[in-house]
Amino acid sequence: MTDAVKISNRNFSVFYGAIQALRGITLDVLAHQILGIIGPAGSGKTALLRSMNRLNDLNPNCRVEGQILLDGEDIYQPEFDAVRLRKRVGMVFALPVPLPLSLFDNIVYGPRLSGIRARARLNELVERSLQAAFLWDEVKDRLQTSALRLSGGQQQRLCLARVLAMEPEVILLDEPCSGLDPISTSRIEEALMALKSKYTIVLVTNNTKQAARVADTTAFLLQGELVEVGPTDRIFTAPKDQRTNDYVSGRFG
Amino acid sequence: MRIPPRNTQALAVTLLAGATGLTLAVLVFVIVFILGKGLPVISLGFLFDNPQEMGKAGGIFPTLVGTLILPLVAILIALPAGVGTAVYLSEYTGDNLATRIIRFGTDCLAGIPSIIFGLFGFIFFVTTLKMGWCILSGALTLAIMVLPTIIRTAEEAIRAVPAGYREVSCSLGATRWETVLKVVLPNALPGIVTGIMLSIGRCIGETAAVIFTAGASLRLPHSVFDSTRTMAVHFYILAREGISNENAYGTAAVLILSVLLVNSLSYWMMNRFIARRTK
Repeated sequence: MTDAVKISNRNFSVFYGAIQALRGITLDVLAHQILGIIGPAGSGKTALLRSMNRLNDLNPNCRVEGQILLDGEDIYQPEFDAVRLRKRVGMVFALPVPLPLSLFDNIVYGPRLSGIRARARLNELVERSLQAAFLWDEVKDRLQTSALRLSGGQQQRLCLARVLAMEPEVILLDEPCSGLDPISTSRIEEALMALKSKYTIVLVTNNTKQAARVADTTAFLLQGELVEVGPTDRIFTAPKDQRTNDYVSGRFG
Repeated sequence: MRIPPRNTQALAVTLLAGATGLTLAVLVFVIVFILGKGLPVISLGFLFDNPQEMGKAGGIFPTLVGTLILPLVAILIALPAGVGTAVYLSEYTGDNLATRIIRFGTDCLAGIPSIIFGLFGFIFFVTTLKMGWCILSGALTLAIMVLPTIIRTAEEAIRAVPAGYREVSCSLGATRWETVLKVVLPNALPGIVTGIMLSIGRCIGETAAVIFTAGASLRLPHSVFDSTRTMAVHFYILAREGISNENAYGTAAVLILSVLLVNSLSYWMMNRFIARRTK
């Protein structure tokens, strides 16, 4: 059932203090697909992403309106547990932020929080997640060294592996390649393409070509509004909206 | 008439180096002076014998014990309260009027002379609560005295932990409290230890607040309900009453060496902890 709706944003708005970052977004994320979200800086891409795992809750000035449904359940209803939500909806940030721990401890951070203690199980999770993030071969001999010693590209794949180790249902990625070189970028993209059969992926990117390469569906945001959403091929070849056309053809942004 | 930048640069370096040199010279002079007068007095007997004739002869063993116990109990009381306050202020509350008043209050508290705390401790713990002169009264008083230092240093250290660490921890399904325990406090530890060491130093060196609350008994304390005398108090009494200048300097030398020992030990433990976390 590849066409099942995993996450459904319904008339969703976000305010930071008096500033409205998102204006009534209605957007479905289909299961086992990569949804690419493109748009210029300040268009609300990150605000939307951080709403889907309620990371915006950490900002006391943030206020939301509307609904986001995960498997049909409103994640913003008061009795919905944000901590459990974040275990189901993992996130990779724009800048790789390895915790100042060993590679191993970084990856098992989430699983340990979920109460997994058995060494064999943790070892298996570490190997599987690193394999899936295409990092295993490079680091398998130094799992106990500090994660801070990795290169930027390796750190970002470590962050991806760390999310995978939680065995989430959805992975949110916030411009995960913005600070990476082309080779590291292609490794991450490769990993994402391989992962979508198991997970639902939302990829925010500044790089329209990246969306064209990996996304099944692409959404274009501008100044907090959803301008257009559709199959990636159509968005890049026959956009319906003039603004989308201008953006994907590189006329602004 | 404008002085060329090359000359102002040279002048600045000279002045800054001079200031550093002066500071260093004073420090070295004080330490060399006291150790020079005190070290010859120190022997195993001086360290581990009981004092005789009010400290004119004999050793300083009870005051050594008092100097160890009193700051230890004070820190054991102040640390959880202080770090707890710092965590609450920085992780659980925003910047509002109430927290600003609390911060302002702790800053004011930090500037109050220690004898005021001593007087408060005497009136409240010793007299009103009828605890008498004892280690517990002294430790509670010292705890209140160093609380602002611990709160502010811990808070600074906690604020310096990158916000990204908290976001990552939360996004991996940690609660705020799990984030505090696993990410915030371990990374704030060096700053917190600095605060603890400053506080231990203040406790070890304190006289006024200690005489008022823990008393000045030269007997070896058997519990926290006994009175005790710290080395600083012993030194003060020996010098003030003119009992023995020689033993006063000996006590001062032991005092300096113990502060050195405590600080090196805490740095060593902290570095070991950091090294173990990030190999």
